[in-house]
Amino acid sequence: MLEITGIKKNFGDLQVLKGVDLKVEKGDVVAILGPSGSGKTTFLRCINFLETTDQGTMVFDGESFDMSRVSRKDMARIRRKTAFVFQNFNLFLNKTALENVTEGLIVARKIPRAQAEETGRRALDKVGLSDRWNYYPHQLSGGQQQRVAIARALATDPEIIFFDEPTSALDPELIGEVLEVMRELAQEGMTMLVVTHEMNFARNVSTRVIFMEHGNVVEEGSSREFFENPKTERTREFLRMVSG
Amino acid sequence: MTERMLIGTMINERLYGILLDSFWKILLPGLKVTIPLTVISFSLAMVIAVAMALIQFANVRVLKQLARFYIWVIRGTPLLVQLYVIFFGLPKVGIVLDPFPSAVIVFSLNEGAYGAEIIRAALEAVPKGQMEAGYCVGMSYLQIMRRIVLPQALRTAFPSLSNSLIAMVKDTSLAANITVTEMFMATQRIVARTYEPLALYCEVGLIYLMFSTVLTRLQHIGEKKLSFYVSSK
Repeated sequence: MLEITGIKKNFGDLQVLKGVDLKVEKGDVVAILGPSGSGKTTFLRCINFLETTDQGTMVFDGESFDMSRVSRKDMARIRRKTAFVFQNFNLFLNKTALENVTEGLIVARKIPRAQAEETGRRALDKVGLSDRWNYYPHQLSGGQQQRVAIARALATDPEIIFFDEPTSALDPELIGEVLEVMRELAQEGMTMLVVTHEMNFARNVSTRVIFMEHGNVVEEGSSREFFENPKTERTREFLRMVSG
Repeated sequence: MTERMLIGTMINERLYGILLDSFWKILLPGLKVTIPLTVISFSLAMVIAVAMALIQFANVRVLKQLARFYIWVIRGTPLLVQLYVIFFGLPKVGIVLDPFPSAVIVFSLNEGAYGAEIIRAALEAVPKGQMEAGYCVGMSYLQIMRRIVLPQALRTAFPSLSNSLIAMVKDTSLAANITVTEMFMATQRIVARTYEPLALYCEVGLIYLMFSTVLTRLQHIGEKKLSFYVSSK
């Protein structure tokens, strides 16, 4: 469904991505792991065009794109079939929870308000926040905000959801509620690409794992294979560190 | 009653009469000229300011240079000089404008430049993630600006803009220099007739204070309204 080949990206002289490949099939839950500075967040942002890409191709839904020169129109078209959940939630601060969820439906997709609100309420219900529909982001806890952000992602009925360290900005006691929602999505067959530091999520929920370092993919495989039988010394070392 | 006290009472009665009589004569041009001049100029200024701020924020190439040039010239020259150039200077090249429209042009161009900087700073203070989130739900640049970024920026800019509005009410007194009969000129005329500068200039000062006080109250109400999404339930 989504295939990325040879993404390269520089920030000035610093090469952050040195030719990263990725293939995601429908229903996959892919966890991208790696130490800080390995380029995993940049990789995810490149896929959704939040960063420009120097080189690389993308095949999405059978259509091929040169990522270094995607037109604005194609970007918008691809983005309407995907969704992104940010580390810092990035809820629209001047909109209520429900408005956050319906904004993309009403404004970008021209869905009638009544219908959008029904979809929005269902999405909020799914993340357990239907009673908070008229709260503004600052009136919600971090965990609740992130769940609204997930509802916002769900409401547009995306083919794939990108998660950029969705629990890294949360207080420890709020991480569970967000992971629980993500786990349910995975069980329902949602295709997800998740940059994360949550090893339990990677081990128990994701179907595949990609381990990145210094802008390269070091190891890639099914999550069982990755955790039980890592192929490279670097992966073994990483797993020792995070489990120790 | 001594003679001296009698004279004193007479003077006070005369002054009292002048102040009372002139109050309406000053307030009327205030309502008919100062306020319309301010309202029209400030509204136009806001249109200019938002446009100039957006041009800079969105980095529109040639237009951005023009905007920077405009702001540079306006902020670098005195308001009084600008009034003189438009009203007394332009007739030299065949452009003759009435006093009131001249004042409107100068005040809106002047405030437009300051307002542009206030709004630009407010736009830049909106977290970058708001824009990114907008893109990710499929919105276009203009949709995000209109529905997400500008409303948040206006909330940030509102106190500074209110400040500018209050300053403009007072600055309209400079229009007296180009023969606009607003409050200050009306006062000057009464002073010339009665020779009571201290009392009358204080009186007009009080009327300006009255106007400013009303605006300050409105500012507080406006700030509360705009902060609906950051105040607690």
